[in-house]
Amino acid sequence: MNTGSMLMNQVKYVNKAFWRNPASAFFTFSFPLMFLVIFTSLLGHHNVQVSPGRTIDISTYYVASMAAYAVITACYNNIAIALSIQRDSGVLKRTRGTPIPSAIYILGRLIHAVFVGVVLVIITAAYGRLFYHASIPTGAPLLEFLVMLLVGTMAFCSLGFAITCVIPNADAAPAIVNASILPLLFLSGVFIPITSTAPAWMVWIARIFPVRHFTLGMDAGFVGTSFNWMDVVVVAAWAIGGFLVSYRYFTWEPKR
Amino acid sequence: MRGLKKSYGRFAALRGISLDIRHGEIFALLGPNGAGKTTFVEILEGYRHRDAGEVWVLGVDPDHQSMALKTRIGIVLQSSGMDRYLNVAETVEMYSSYYPQPRPVDEILELVGLETKRDERVLRLSGGQQRRLDVAIALAGNPELLFLDEPTTGFDPSARREVWEVIKNLRGLGKTVVLTTHFMDEAQYLADRLAIIANGSIVAEGDPATLAGRDRMVATVRFSLPEGIAPPALFELSAQTGATYELRTAALTRDLHELTAWALGAGVELADLRVDRPTLEDVYLELTAEVTSPASTAREP
Ligand SMILES: Nc1ncnc2c1ncn2[C@@H]1O[C@H](COP(=O)(O)OP(=O)(O)O)[C@@H](O)[C@H]1O
Ligand SMILES: [Mg+2]
Repeated sequence: MNTGSMLMNQVKYVNKAFWRNPASAFFTFSFPLMFLVIFTSLLGHHNVQVSPGRTIDISTYYVASMAAYAVITACYNNIAIALSIQRDSGVLKRTRGTPIPSAIYILGRLIHAVFVGVVLVIITAAYGRLFYHASIPTGAPLLEFLVMLLVGTMAFCSLGFAITCVIPNADAAPAIVNASILPLLFLSGVFIPITSTAPAWMVWIARIFPVRHFTLGMDAGFVGTSFNWMDVVVVAAWAIGGFLVSYRYFTWEPKR
Repeated sequence: MRGLKKSYGRFAALRGISLDIRHGEIFALLGPNGAGKTTFVEILEGYRHRDAGEVWVLGVDPDHQSMALKTRIGIVLQSSGMDRYLNVAETVEMYSSYYPQPRPVDEILELVGLETKRDERVLRLSGGQQRRLDVAIALAGNPELLFLDEPTTGFDPSARREVWEVIKNLRGLGKTVVLTTHFMDEAQYLADRLAIIANGSIVAEGDPATLAGRDRMVATVRFSLPEGIAPPALFELSAQTGATYELRTAALTRDLHELTAWALGAGVELADLRVDRPTLEDVYLELTAEVTSPASTAREP
């Protein structure tokens, strides 16, 4: 079997197992959509200031930030938790004893995560369009949006691989993953918009980590704020950092 | 392999193992927990790297050509999971897809007796069925050589039997099988040849029958005498508990003849008369007790 079909074959099995596993199908797939509905229904038709002098309907804001949130769960949470379970139960060790190249195996998981992320973004955008008349990016903003989406999925996948290096076992995985991402989601304005009154330390944290930059890049397409290539650069840097950590410290055998 | 050594820090897990495993045989490595069995097979499989010695597996050094080796071996680890949400057939198909010349999935399922479970999710299989699926996965690439690390540890007797029958069937396929176990009966039932490992060293090697026969010369005769009857002074008795006597002898036929002749002459009934040969278990316990006794601890100076 050639490399390409081996890879697609791998994606196929990851995909089967993903949808049949109630935990991943619910937490990874349904959660962001549920939040989208809750936030927009509760807070819809209020206005929010997204940049100095620019105010939009908050439902549009949530369409953008829930799309970002969906990508983060589909990539970061999904990969970190699934991989920790597979490592702990010995699936990874078993795989290591077969001739499938490690890169194909890892890529299979990555492609699947990106696929789930993109499907969620499409559903989110369609929902926003249908119920809240959120604008869908076209032309140059669409291109910028896609670049951000691609770089973002790579970054959150690679960080998902990287975080498994500090996860001691499968039981600890959800706790560590959530503890590392939830505060950041809040501090980065994913759930609650960050306004000009936000404390400086919060702004700094948001500036260092990739979540805020990614969200801003996603916002630009939907909300119509200006797209900043610096955001893409920061997220890309995190992607590379995550890759280097994984490359160096990723283990295939259970940590005992 | 020759002079195989492996240490974890200062702890010597393998202390110079030399063994030849022949093509087409079922070879068992028998030893108590912590003897170094897993360390040994995982070095052959390419998971761990040796500190010293030479190893060839199918003519290949697993440290340097592990990829070439991986297509030709099948591995059942001591414990390793699989995706619980795939079904049996999907699981075997997935692993088959990793190999250049896989064996047809239906054939494999039949070999391990899971053909009726092909659409069952892995999470609904019993322990014995999951172990047979482990073997099925190991067979996916149609390997020449199969490693099984403690294939039946932790299973109830009927699950053990199921797995044993599967392993027995492999012989018919002409596969070489290397299995580790700490069950004497398992080694005796399955293996063409076996080696006993204790504390990182091979303490005995041979086929199950001759290994048991190492001490075949010494048999134990036990009998009881009615109250008030003293045992004959024909030979030195080796032990006495109440009215039960024990005689260890290298000349069983003669001694037994003399004993029964004496009993007939004296009109005494030898209650509970029994002759015991050392079993593989006795040999095993004796051999492993020597090296695991506190006098020779596992720690290197
Ligand atoms: N990765 C490891 N690090 C340190 N010690 C180990 C490691 N693996 C095994 N050991 C030790 O080496 C000895 C042999 O272990 P193992 O090969 O697993 O034995 P067995 O499979 O016969 O039970 C044991 O004392 C065990 O504690
Ligand atoms: Mg072991």
